[in-house]
Amino acid sequence: MSAISRVGEYTLLMKRACALPDRWSMFFRQYTREIVNLGIDSILIDIIISIFIGAAITIQTKSNMSNPLLPKYVTGLAVRDCLLLEFSSSVMCVILAGKVGSSIASEIGSMKISEQIDALDIMGVNSANYLILPKIMAMITVIPSLIIISAASGIVGGFMIAEFTDIISLHEYVYGIQYSFNPFFITYSIIKGLVFAFIISSVSSYFGYSVKGGAREVGHASTQAVVNSSVIILVSNLLLTKVLL
Amino acid sequence: MIEVQHISKSFHDGIKVLDDVSTYFETGKTNLIIGQSGSGKTVLMKSVVGIHTVDAGSILYDGRDITKMKDNEKKHMHREIGMLFQGSALFDSLTVLENVMFPLEMFSKAPKDEIQQRARECLERVDLTRAIDLYPSEISGGMQKRAAIARAIVLNPKYLFCDEPNSGLDPKTSLMIDRLIQEITHEYNITTVINTHDMNSVMEIGENIVFIYKGVKEWQGNKDEIYETGCQPLEDLVFASNLYKKIKEAHFALRK
Repeated sequence: MSAISRVGEYTLLMKRACALPDRWSMFFRQYTREIVNLGIDSILIDIIISIFIGAAITIQTKSNMSNPLLPKYVTGLAVRDCLLLEFSSSVMCVILAGKVGSSIASEIGSMKISEQIDALDIMGVNSANYLILPKIMAMITVIPSLIIISAASGIVGGFMIAEFTDIISLHEYVYGIQYSFNPFFITYSIIKGLVFAFIISSVSSYFGYSVKGGAREVGHASTQAVVNSSVIILVSNLLLTKVLL
Repeated sequence: MIEVQHISKSFHDGIKVLDDVSTYFETGKTNLIIGQSGSGKTVLMKSVVGIHTVDAGSILYDGRDITKMKDNEKKHMHREIGMLFQGSALFDSLTVLENVMFPLEMFSKAPKDEIQQRARECLERVDLTRAIDLYPSEISGGMQKRAAIARAIVLNPKYLFCDEPNSGLDPKTSLMIDRLIQEITHEYNITTVINTHDMNSVMEIGENIVFIYKGVKEWQGNKDEIYETGCQPLEDLVFASNLYKKIKEAHFALRK
């Protein structure tokens, strides 16, 4: 299928998905479930990855900034800006595209091949709206929290290096973290995260929804969902960075 | 009654799967669509339900043409339809009771107690009260079919469609499902359409049988008329096994 046909199909599916729900009570039930499945269940991996990356960035920055002319606080400052500007929004969303995207595509794909989606349609339920909209809204709701948690965890990772090793002093690190802080970076990070949350949930839902065949095709759709979401996130990241900064 | 008038359907490859099919499905009767694998019977059923859009022809549900309905009208029309899918199509994440409650929660404004009561009544009707708190993956294929029947009838549908209701079931459970569908059809005066190639079902509940061969309707009648159809492809299908050949011989011997 050509890329243009896919974009057309995706747009039509999103038009169906983004209609007003048939029953708000059912929507909120699904929405709450998705917040747990897609958001709360991702917190642990979000924290673990961010702590280790924060720690690694701290060690690397310190070891590559040995020039005595550079101020000592530069390591803390670099860690903070790396986390806020790129890692916690963009890289973390690419990682979430792997975890959440494959889960969404395989769940919807399995429902498709086992005729559960046909069953919804036959009942007169807008299946796209019932299944996809709560996932999109849940991702958009939880992503700002995931970004903040990731940035905070990354900073804690660096803090642990300062506290438990001789690589950098705690004072230098903490001073660098606080130095010349621009609050817009948080807004910027969250704006990017909201766009990426929509991309992850909608693109993965599209690949799941368009599955035809059996278990093999569900696996293929899941892979395609992750690959396409990741590529679209990276391209959008470039465009958003140019527009917002 | 559902009237199918001159419908044709082809897919992307251009091959006509249904070619000018006209038939009718009667109210209060079990209407069977039979045919060999690949004959077009599933496409016929899915076209009648509205899952497939037909290329030509009309499908009238008590005079209302579903092929001319707008999406919104079709959506409302679908609330009068119950469907039993080949693989049951129960929602994995919901228990049996929640599956049966689902259509009511979606479309009825009744309080939760009443919804639960109605769902329990339907589960009682299909003799499945002991499995209400189990998930579909925790119950047998026959129980899944019964749960799917309960879900299909919970909104008191006027039309019930069953796609291969006996597939994957042992003969005893299969017979039980057939009889249950027939009882429900008579009890609620529903227009039931069953897509099957199970000859036991044909002989047991075939009150109105439509035979499809290579996308064309070749014969229509009931189970008592099936012995003398004059339609060779139908006889080849129905009396393919030695058992049914012997039944046919016994039928003619008795008549003599």
